[in-house]
Amino acid sequence: MSLPKLRIEGLHKSFGTGARRTEVLRDINLDLADNEFVSLVGTSGCGKSTLLSIVAGLQDFDAGDLAIDGAPILQPGLDRGVVFQSYTLLPWLTAQQNIEFALKAAGHDRATCRRIAREHLDLVKLPHSANRYPSELSGGMKQRVAIARALSYRPKMLLMDEPFGALDALTRYQMQELLTQIWEEHRLTVLFVTHDVEEAVYLSDRIVVMGIGPGRIMQTFNVDIERPRREEIMETPAFMDLQRRVHKAIREASKRPEMV
Amino acid sequence: MSEQRATKPSPSHAAPGPVIKQPMRRRRSSGIGAPIARSRFLMIAVAVFAGLGLAWWAATGLGLVKPIFLPSPGSVVTQLGKLSGDGTLWLDLRTSIYRISVGFLIASALAIPIGVLIGSFRTWEAAIEPLVDFIRYMPVVAFVPLSILWSGTGDAQKFLIIFIGTFFQQVLMIMDNVKRVPADFIGLGRTLGLPDRKILTRIVVPSALPGIWDTLRISLGWAWTWLVLAELVAATSGLGYRITVSQRYFQTNTIIGYILLLGVLGLITDQVMKALGKVLFRQEGHVQ
Repeated sequence: MSLPKLRIEGLHKSFGTGARRTEVLRDINLDLADNEFVSLVGTSGCGKSTLLSIVAGLQDFDAGDLAIDGAPILQPGLDRGVVFQSYTLLPWLTAQQNIEFALKAAGHDRATCRRIAREHLDLVKLPHSANRYPSELSGGMKQRVAIARALSYRPKMLLMDEPFGALDALTRYQMQELLTQIWEEHRLTVLFVTHDVEEAVYLSDRIVVMGIGPGRIMQTFNVDIERPRREEIMETPAFMDLQRRVHKAIREASKRPEMV
Repeated sequence: MSEQRATKPSPSHAAPGPVIKQPMRRRRSSGIGAPIARSRFLMIAVAVFAGLGLAWWAATGLGLVKPIFLPSPGSVVTQLGKLSGDGTLWLDLRTSIYRISVGFLIASALAIPIGVLIGSFRTWEAAIEPLVDFIRYMPVVAFVPLSILWSGTGDAQKFLIIFIGTFFQQVLMIMDNVKRVPADFIGLGRTLGLPDRKILTRIVVPSALPGIWDTLRISLGWAWTWLVLAELVAATSGLGYRITVSQRYFQTNTIIGYILLLGVLGLITDQVMKALGKVLFRQEGHVQ
């Protein structure tokens, strides 16, 4: 267990060139252990989504090293499953076909695609919506299909960019509960971006607070709340205390250096 | 979608009884964007057509205008009947439909791949978009003499004018359709390890297709205009040709009949394209 699942070392990233160059990420160092659930939190503009996008291989970076199981990340690939905030279900395909689309890309034959897609619709508790089109699904259902799709081809880790950000409060709770259940049963390595501290505390093993100007890691919190976690734990003193401390850390981290 | 919403009767329409007792709850039906029932919409539309027709009929019937400037509706209908009876109308129609079909298909067949290409790759956009944008602003009408010089007065010249009139617009609109494909869709393709070629064929094109269809529908409407223009100037057959010839003989009833016919043809093609689009892209739930 010496090798981390994901290793980010000395990562730098900036947008633009010359006078318009803005540094968005400075010297990011972060390791994710196997089966660890880590959340990135921080105010908007702290570069948390950019960092996730870089890990996904969707954006390049200026300097640093990124590796999954020791193998450097050079481009996007099937070893990382990505869940976007915008669901990204292809509207001309049914829920089932959307999952099969990913499985086909992963090189499975038709029968296997169908079987695995079915299993994963069951996993996210949507066994009866297989033949429905995204336009016929609610936001929460769409995101469940997207999670099923990202899990279906067995990536080494899951990258989630504010996946529940567009959902209403009640649906968000249900999705968080579903995600914890899946995570507790299947033990996945997850990098999760959110601006919702309660969500981060509820889901994570570790919370990484990022600050702005430029984006960097300010503080890390271990979440020592026992699992399995159910909704009730949100009212325990330990939960609320940690939530308060993370909030405070974000507030301090989002003060621009020149304002201090 | 908005039409669908309009068909649902609002609560105040469903229960007209207590309206007077609760005047505050009555919804205004004239406010901005306020829905009206589909039947009401249709009624108003038909009434406008009928009203104009009636005015036309009255103006000519009462002798307010000379028939040489504006013949009566009856005269137009009779003339169309006569031309349809001796086959002239059908020949003109067939010739024109053939020309617009070929011209439009050539333009579309070239515009779709080029539009997809420049909508997806910035290098191709740099190479083609400014040029197309430049040509687009050259008036099609000004190309007519040149087109005759290049390709005579036969069908080829009609194809050319329809092509010039539609292709350049189509390319830019299709580029736009392609650019509207959500960036996350392409990101999804990348995270699944798909090569660019497959992202293009399996994600970008299917995703842009409803928009492309709409572009084709709109540009087909313009193609009718360019067809008639080409036929007015240099032709020995077709709907536009008949209009020019009729002017020579003061057959105003033929001219007006054919203009109305062109309007109806445009309306029919548009409705057919719309209906087809609804069937083709029904599952997407957001067809324009």
